[in-house]
Order: sequence, then C-alpha cells, then structure tokens
Amino acid sequence: MIAVELRKLLISRRTWVTILLIDALPTLVAVLLAVTDLGPRPGTGPAFLSAVLADGKLFPLAALGIVLPLFLPIAVALHAGEAIAGEAQAGTLRYVLVRPVGRTRLLVAKMTSVMAFVVLTVLVVAVTAYVVGVLLLGRSRVATGGTASFSGSTFSTQELLLRTGLALGYAMLCMLGVAAIALFLSTVTRSPLGAALGALAVLIASTILLGLEAASALQPYLPTRYWLAFIDLFRDPILWRDVLRGVALQAVYVVVFLAAGWANFMTKDVTD
Amino acid sequence: MIRSSGLTKRFGRILAVDGLDLDVREGDVYGFLGANGSGKTTTVRMLLGLVLATSGTIEVLGRPMPSSARVVLPEVGALVEAPAAYAHLPGRANLALFDAMSNGGRARGDRASRAGRIDDALDRVGLGGVDSRPVRAYSLGMRQRLGLAHALLRRPRLLVLDEPTNGLDPQGIREIRCLLLELHAAGTTVFLSSHLLAEVEQLCTRVGVLDRGRMVVQDRLDVLRRPTGRVVVHTPDAAAAHALLDGRVERVDGHRLLVRFDDAAALNARLVGAGIRVESLVAERRALEEVVLAATRPGDDRIDRTDRIDRIDGR
Repeated sequence: MIAVELRKLLISRRTWVTILLIDALPTLVAVLLAVTDLGPRPGTGPAFLSAVLADGKLFPLAALGIVLPLFLPIAVALHAGEAIAGEAQAGTLRYVLVRPVGRTRLLVAKMTSVMAFVVLTVLVVAVTAYVVGVLLLGRSRVATGGTASFSGSTFSTQELLLRTGLALGYAMLCMLGVAAIALFLSTVTRSPLGAALGALAVLIASTILLGLEAASALQPYLPTRYWLAFIDLFRDPILWRDVLRGVALQAVYVVVFLAAGWANFMTKDVTD
Repeated sequence: MIRSSGLTKRFGRILAVDGLDLDVREGDVYGFLGANGSGKTTTVRMLLGLVLATSGTIEVLGRPMPSSARVVLPEVGALVEAPAAYAHLPGRANLALFDAMSNGGRARGDRASRAGRIDDALDRVGLGGVDSRPVRAYSLGMRQRLGLAHALLRRPRLLVLDEPTNGLDPQGIREIRCLLLELHAAGTTVFLSSHLLAEVEQLCTRVGVLDRGRMVVQDRLDVLRRPTGRVVVHTPDAAAAHALLDGRVERVDGHRLLVRFDDAAALNARLVGAGIRVESLVAERRALEEVVLAATRPGDDRIDRTDRIDRIDGR
C-alpha cells in the first residue's frame, strides 16, 4: 500500500505543480536580490536573507526561512487533509478498504506519502536555492571556502553541510506536526478542504497567540512556537535549547494527533 | 456463504438494521430486496466491514467479519452503491492501482498475473477495447462496467453487488444479467441488492425482503412464486366455460376466466372435452411484486403530510 501511495504521489501532476509554485518564491527573491543588491539589514526580514548577499551558499537556508512559515504548511495541510477525506469524497475509500487494505495500513501509507511529499519539496527547494544562490549571489566568498556563522566565526564546508542537514530535518519534523493535525481532521470530516483549512486555522491561531503577551502561559505549547529555531543551529556554538524543545513539542503533537486519528478511523463507519 | 444473526445497526436514534438473520448459501443467486432507506446498503456495508455493527454477528465464507477481513475479503468482489475510481486515471490504470493495494502472501504471483486478469475482467464487462481516456470522461454506463470489472478482478467466490445495473441501458442490463448467470454457472455465489423486482425475479434463486431494517421474507423464489391454485383461462366461449365450471369460476372478464383448479392440464382436458375452444391456459403464480408489497410498507423516501403534523404535535 505504501508503494501504491508513493506512486500516486509521484504520478500526480498536482504534486509537481505545488512543488514548482513553492519553489518559485525563493527563486524570485534570489533574482530580485541579485538584480538590486538590496538585502534587508542584519536582524530584519526573513532569516538569513541579510547574510546571503555575502554568501550564496547560505541561500538554501534563507529559502527555507521563506517557505516554512506559510507556503510549506499550506501544501502539507492540503495534502494531508486530502488523505482520508479525499478518498471518502471520491467514493474510493470503501473500495480501498474492501480490497482489503487494513485501516492502520492505509493511515501509515497516507502519512508516509505526506512525509515523502515534504522531503521532496524541501529537497527541491534546497537544491534549487543552492544552485541559484551560488550562481547569482555572493560568488566572491565561494573561492575562499569559509562561510560566516551568525556568531561571526567561520564554518568549513563540511560543517555547513552537516548543519544544513540538521536544519532540513528539523523543518521536516515541524511539517510532520502539521501533517498529523491535518490527517486527524481528515478522518473526522468528509471534506478534504475542511480538514486542510482546519489544520491551517490551528497554525494561524498559534501564530496570533504567539504575538499576544497575555497568552504567554500558553506559548511554550503552541505548535508554531519553535518553528524557526533551526536558525540556532547556525550559531557557534549551537544553541540547542529551543531546537530540543521544538523537537519534543513536535513529537508530542505528532504522537497525540496520529493516535487520535488512528482511534477515530478504526471505529468509524464508512458510509460515504 | 453469508450468515448473520441478530445483526443490528443504530445510527444515533435511527435504527437502520434491526435483528437481521441473513442466510445466503453457496451457489445461491440471492436477491436482497427492500425499499429505499430500508437498510440494504447499511447491511451490505456491514457484511464488508465498512460499517461496524451495533450488535449481532456476521459470518462470511464461514469466518467471522469484520475480524477476519484480511482472509475473507480477498475472495469477495464488491460493488457498493455507485462505482468509484480515481477520476484522473484511465480505467486500466485504476484497476492496476487497486490490484496493487491488495495484501496477502501471493503478492508476487498477483503482480505477474495482473495484466492478464485486468484484460480478462475488462473483456467480461464489455470494456476490452477501452482506450486511455481518464475515468472522468467515462459515461455512467462505462463507470458501472468498470466498477463490475473491479469486483471481478480477483475471480471472487462471492460477489456482493449493490444495484449493479444502475445507469445501464436495456442492452447493458441484459449483458450484465448474462454475465452474472455465467459467473453463477461457474460456481460464484452472488448476493444482489436491488429494488428492481424484475431484475431479481429473472436472476435470483433465493430472495430476502427487508422492511425498515427487518427481514420480513426470506425464502426460495420458486416457493414464494408457488401456484396459487387458480388457473387463468382465455376462451371465446366464456359463457359456456362458466356454465361448465360453475362454482369454480371466481371471475369472468370478457374472454378471461379465473378458475379455482389445482391441475391446469386436467382443466384443459375437461374444457376441450366439452368442446370449448381455449386460446390460452396458464396456472396462476404469485408475482414477486405481490409478495413484496404484501410484506412491506412504503419506503422512507415517502413522507406523508400526516406524519409531519404528528411530528409538529410532538406525538
């Protein structure tokens, strides 16, 4: 079943259009930066953007900072919201289940497909951004081999790769949290759009509460609280505190919502 | 093949299926009749493990459902209400995708025989020459045929079909009827849920009738349609026949006489012996329609005004 879901993901034109659209924004940003040479001042604007004018190799991270807050969660929520509700709406869910595909196996396959989509998207964004960054931005530093960290010291290429890998993994985990919420809602409603919008509503509510001082007691538990903590992976030494909290928080969201989705789906009457 | 006892399903306050005792035997073509909303589809879904019963037990192919779904369902082909497919893919790709989903230890053998089985299933339902149009572009009849091909894909021992001739023209209905009879002759048991009495009358060997979630009739079709002990005689000499059979004639209607008489052949001999010309002479049987109408009430898609007033009164 996992193989079938992955095949469905890869042969779907929508998958590739979505990835292309997500990829277009950071590429546009890179072109604008290269043409105008106007970067945001350090400490303002999306993460890393101020640094990429000096070093194009940091652009994959800047690109991640651009797509992570909004684009990627929307795509993930749509994809995961579709998982069960989409099959139910198309009427194919009952035929999948009488094949038979076990309900647990179906959920696992759907979750795997969502994760594959996230990995694919993040990798496409990272690779495109690297190519674009190296070609258009900050070429002068490439020859010298060193890359500046946020804290002023210099990374070797190997260390930069390692930290970039960690950051990508962290971003994927954050998206897994989004996927778990959307997948749970997908087992509740029979409208795929409803499930996706529900998950996005949770994220938007979380973002709003993060800006509200009165909600400070809640803030450590909000799903988007530590999303941008991957920036701390590029300080020297790495500032682990928020990253580790973020990992733990996302793990709790994933476990709780997947368990709720599983329990709901196992006892659900499939009547559509 | 299918047995249920005390099968009950409650959706909130609505009792959809109430203490159903189904008995479908190997080799049956079982007609499952009932008005709209009588619980047919809910029952079919419970048999397949899609809807979970509130109480009661189900056995399919001799094993309990839904706990044995992994073993039972691979040998069952199903069409549940409307057929469904991934609309952006062609029919053949749809069948391949669904076939690849099936689990079980025979996976490799399944894959090797897949193309052949898909061709075979498409040929059987009359879609053998289908092109690579996506299912989105299929007509209702083509979708119905594809749904049937899907049900036949693994050469099941038991076919569970819900309204299989929906959306087909008379030609198509006849084709599907022939296909089902062919499969039945080859040993497939067929469970056919329908509200088309004519379809069931032509196909089925056993019949179950559902009324508001309860089984009201379950018997062999030929028992339900047993002779009524009356004979319908058409004769131009109606008056003479009436005189001859005085006391046995229940009704005269022009050339048509309804005669209480157990043996049609003996009646014929007697009429002809008395010089009465007979145009036709048939032993009367109960029509399935009469059986069903006698046993059921109107479906719940009919809502009479008095009902509504009752409800407003809160009675």
